[in-house]
Amino acid sequence: MISEKRIILRNSGVINPQSIEEYIDAGGYKSLSSAFASTPEKVVEEVMASGLRGRGGAGFPTGIKKQAAADRDTGKISYVVCNADEGEPGTFKDRIIMETNPHLLIEGMIIAGYSISAKLGYIYIRGEYYDSVRRLQHAIHQAYARGYLGNDILGSGFSFDLEIKPGAGSYLCGEELTLLESLEGKRGYPRIKPPFPTEKGFWDKPTLVNNVETLANLPGIIGHGSSWFRSSGTEKTPGTKLFSVCGDVKKPGCYETDAGVILNDLINDLAGGTSNGKPWKAVLLGGAAGTFVPYSFSGLSLCYERLKEQGATLGSGAVIVIGNERKLIPLMQSILMFFRHESCGKCVPCRVGTTYIHERSLEIPAAGNEARISILEEIVNHARQMAKSSLCPLGQSPILPLGTLQIHFTEMIATE
Amino acid sequence: MDQQEIIAGFSPDKTNLLAMLHALQDNHPQNYLTEESLRAAASHLRVNLSWVYGVAGYYSMFSLQPRGRFIIRICNSPVCNMMGSSGLIDVLGSILGIGAGETTPDGLFTVEQVECLGICDVAPAMMVNRKVYGNLTRKSLEAIIDELRILQNKPE
Repeated sequence: MISEKRIILRNSGVINPQSIEEYIDAGGYKSLSSAFASTPEKVVEEVMASGLRGRGGAGFPTGIKKQAAADRDTGKISYVVCNADEGEPGTFKDRIIMETNPHLLIEGMIIAGYSISAKLGYIYIRGEYYDSVRRLQHAIHQAYARGYLGNDILGSGFSFDLEIKPGAGSYLCGEELTLLESLEGKRGYPRIKPPFPTEKGFWDKPTLVNNVETLANLPGIIGHGSSWFRSSGTEKTPGTKLFSVCGDVKKPGCYETDAGVILNDLINDLAGGTSNGKPWKAVLLGGAAGTFVPYSFSGLSLCYERLKEQGATLGSGAVIVIGNERKLIPLMQSILMFFRHESCGKCVPCRVGTTYIHERSLEIPAAGNEARISILEEIVNHARQMAKSSLCPLGQSPILPLGTLQIHFTEMIATE
Repeated sequence: MDQQEIIAGFSPDKTNLLAMLHALQDNHPQNYLTEESLRAAASHLRVNLSWVYGVAGYYSMFSLQPRGRFIIRICNSPVCNMMGSSGLIDVLGSILGIGAGETTPDGLFTVEQVECLGICDVAPAMMVNRKVYGNLTRKSLEAIIDELRILQNKPE
């Protein structure tokens, strides 16, 4: 029987999220002093030594991306942007951090700002997260009043301002370059990359874009050191990971464990097992832009390297459990409807493709067994073409759930 | 609050556009962006009306049509859908007599089908204006609508 390992969520549900005093009493903002006692270069080195990988979905190594840090020495303006546009279906971990421990994110943002000598940071939060915005706004006011934000923070000579910017209902804006377009007050259309945001980001200046959970890991790494951080998780995915477990389980919720936790331990020991107590049919890992795995994967270790070997993804950490009595076709249709709705229309293959494959999927239930298999094959082929010919992750994503459905569940789809 | 007062609260910086549109929309009793408000925002930021219109039209939380006092956003993304959200649209249809994207004739309710709201731990879920409701059933949904009808004459 495993239990949670709470590092990011250590204070969640324990302290009052709206009290900076309680956060400080629990050891909060101490890592900031540690960072200031060290140099920005050393902070970057420590984060790189920790092996922290971006927690937003891509798993990009090193929370602090090098280019923006390198530009520090040239005196160029740079920015830190927190990606809090959590929109991946099945994912709600960043919301839990922002609602239950907003100061942890603020402390992480200040450390990130210091490491690349940025003067200004933005937290871009999806428009529907009213409670996150409210709590963070209050926490930012408190941090200014206490001198953790603003000019000459704690007498360090480092100044940093932090602002919240709301999104307005676009999944695509969770993609870093699209997020920056939105932050600049534009329609959420993706940019061509490269250049990456660390070279040309917000207002074309070097910009460090990190996910909420990634930034929330920085105070721990700076406060306790990279080897402490590496004592959790696996060699290639060090640290803990927040998992959003939902669907057919008794206790859906956000659970923090060592990265590399066994899938069924997470489902059974933490989420209370499946709703009807029977072995699950499938798990969708990483959300709509994620991968399906069958029950034979129940012993799989949830870390980037093991999942990659198995053709699966960790993504944002969504674990959507699909019970044995569920049908997969309606779920597939719902996923395709999601992509159809969220495609921005910039790239033709994605605009036409997301609509076409969704409509084809609606024909599956009425088709015979053989016809179902050939429709699925056709949809998968289209999704593969879209992945090759679309600019941003949206058009590149439908192949993930579709391809894994075809590999593991073709027979079930033909007969259900 | 007066529209000009709201706009004056934002520095004339394009990064404020989305926040400004939210504020203008929330301030309107019919929860939408009027042509006049788009023009005022454009003039404050010194951008063309087409820029602001393009932004307002792109994001799904903004509406260019009048809506009800209560915006009911039913989450229809894969998790909520699996847990029964399409049945909830039917329940609302039978109670309110409207489908997704429509407003009741008394101007009280607008029903919208939206993608993931990030509250999948309580699926099927919805938001009514700024409030989250989860683990919805026919019965709880009916009770919420009754409650909102009672609330209608009180400020939020």
